[in-house]
Amino acid sequence: MPDGLVAVVKRDCSTCEMVAPVLRELAAAKPLTVYSQDDPAFPPHVKVVDDTNLDVSDALDVEIVPTFLRVADGKIVGRTQGWKRDEWRSLSGVAGLGAELPEFRPGCGSLTQEPDIAARLAARKSEMQMSSRRIQLGEREDPIETMYSRGWSDGLPLVPPTPERVARMLTGTSRAPADVLATVPPDLAACTVEKVAINAVMAGCLPEYLPVVLAVVEAACTDEFNAHGVLATTMAVGPSIVVNGPIAAAIGMNSGVNALGQGNRANATIGRALQLVIRNVGGGKPGGVDRATLGNPGKYTLCFAEDEAGSPWEPLAVERGIPAGTSAVTLIAVEGPRVVVDQKSRTADSLARSLAGCLRTVWHPKLAQTCDVLLLISPEHARVFRADGWAKRRLRDELITLLTSPGDELVAGYGGCAEGMPPRFAGEHVPKFSPDSLWFVHAGGSAGMFSAIMSGWARGPGGSQPVTRAIKPWA
Amino acid sequence: MIILDPTNERGPRTRPRAPRLARLDGATLGLLDISKPRGDIFLNRLAGLLEQRGARIVRFRKPTFTKPAPQDLRQEIHAKCVAVIEALAD
Repeated sequence: MPDGLVAVVKRDCSTCEMVAPVLRELAAAKPLTVYSQDDPAFPPHVKVVDDTNLDVSDALDVEIVPTFLRVADGKIVGRTQGWKRDEWRSLSGVAGLGAELPEFRPGCGSLTQEPDIAARLAARKSEMQMSSRRIQLGEREDPIETMYSRGWSDGLPLVPPTPERVARMLTGTSRAPADVLATVPPDLAACTVEKVAINAVMAGCLPEYLPVVLAVVEAACTDEFNAHGVLATTMAVGPSIVVNGPIAAAIGMNSGVNALGQGNRANATIGRALQLVIRNVGGGKPGGVDRATLGNPGKYTLCFAEDEAGSPWEPLAVERGIPAGTSAVTLIAVEGPRVVVDQKSRTADSLARSLAGCLRTVWHPKLAQTCDVLLLISPEHARVFRADGWAKRRLRDELITLLTSPGDELVAGYGGCAEGMPPRFAGEHVPKFSPDSLWFVHAGGSAGMFSAIMSGWARGPGGSQPVTRAIKPWA
Repeated sequence: MIILDPTNERGPRTRPRAPRLARLDGATLGLLDISKPRGDIFLNRLAGLLEQRGARIVRFRKPTFTKPAPQDLRQEIHAKCVAVIEALAD
């Protein structure tokens, strides 16, 4: 920035037009540099520096034109905006400056403040920190088709991750784009915040979802959750994501009608973003390391919020050790949901029997202690447990009791069926589930006596364990 | 339009296959059980057949089939054996 006087103007501003003679007068008498935002020929008869790319205006944080500055030793020592005659006289040291002009006239908005331009400038700043490879598409290239042909898509169209969109996505976090968040399987690739942001854009996320997506990626890429195994297995499982805490409502997540279904942007795109990170950053694709025999539709996306306000019980994340009121995500590897229909039970005891009857069949009626299970209890079913005063623990204990069977009837070969438990279980009483494998979440529309069972994959340290992570707020 | 690369930007590296063993007699071979049911039945049979042909057999086992083999285990196999056979699944 040259020493002396500096003015930033644009032609499309009547106040700038008004001060043009003043600038001409100053240019003759003082060292003056004039930057024009929209027309290098304005103001006339003055040497003008072209700032149509707005580099200088942006660097000077110009909000209003004209902006008039005094610079000494490369530093701004005086600043005014619009036309304030006294201030212009004081900054310039010219006593009679603008005598023919009114005392005061407000300026106009700087071009840097126009929303689309401001977004482009913000992107430009943010882009300086981005290190991902930039791919220039041809003028007649359809970006959607290009992304398909590059193998980035899960089968559905992607939003093109332009630098502007990624920059906007990164405003959702205070973390630096280069921060390494996780090592993503199966390629064990270091994944930066920037790569998550790119995939979140492609998935259709809004910037305010990004803190949730970051927590989800961190949770998925733990040894406990074992995303490698969840991806690679021939079994039809994928990650389910339960969001708890105030962020769910803040970003408009659905925990009510059709909670597991289509139609909510946050639900749909957060789950999809994880899937795209594993696909694109981790390199995990169906037919490659993903060897699922059947897969399930939840592998596109399976993400929803818990209805905490209407629940008779503590939220899932609180049960798993997160302080109440703190937003968190919980990941559990599950199959698709199956519905439990019970429209007649009006006592907790009766309803527990319905749940137990349906739970008995997960994996196989003769297999026990295989998996974790996510149970979605709908409001009308929760009402029954609330009326009878059943806490989660009571329901869990009752289910374990109801689902304890003679090992003789479970062993391989019993009943003419080769599948079953190893022979050592003969003569024992075998509970279908361990106490720490049944996870209850309250969700769904207010009408309908339907709950859902989502059974999991191989449980414990040798398989996939549920993982809960607090969502780090923007800081 | 410019778009940003969503991948890990690694280039795949092509490596030649290890040369086939010229002879089994005297070779030390690893048999890796990934902890899937009945993998041991397959490997036991293989061990017998290979020992008949003069190979020395060292047995290894992954802690769980659901996760990649730990680094230490991979290095141990590499240090002790000239080749490894892995029983993938039941």
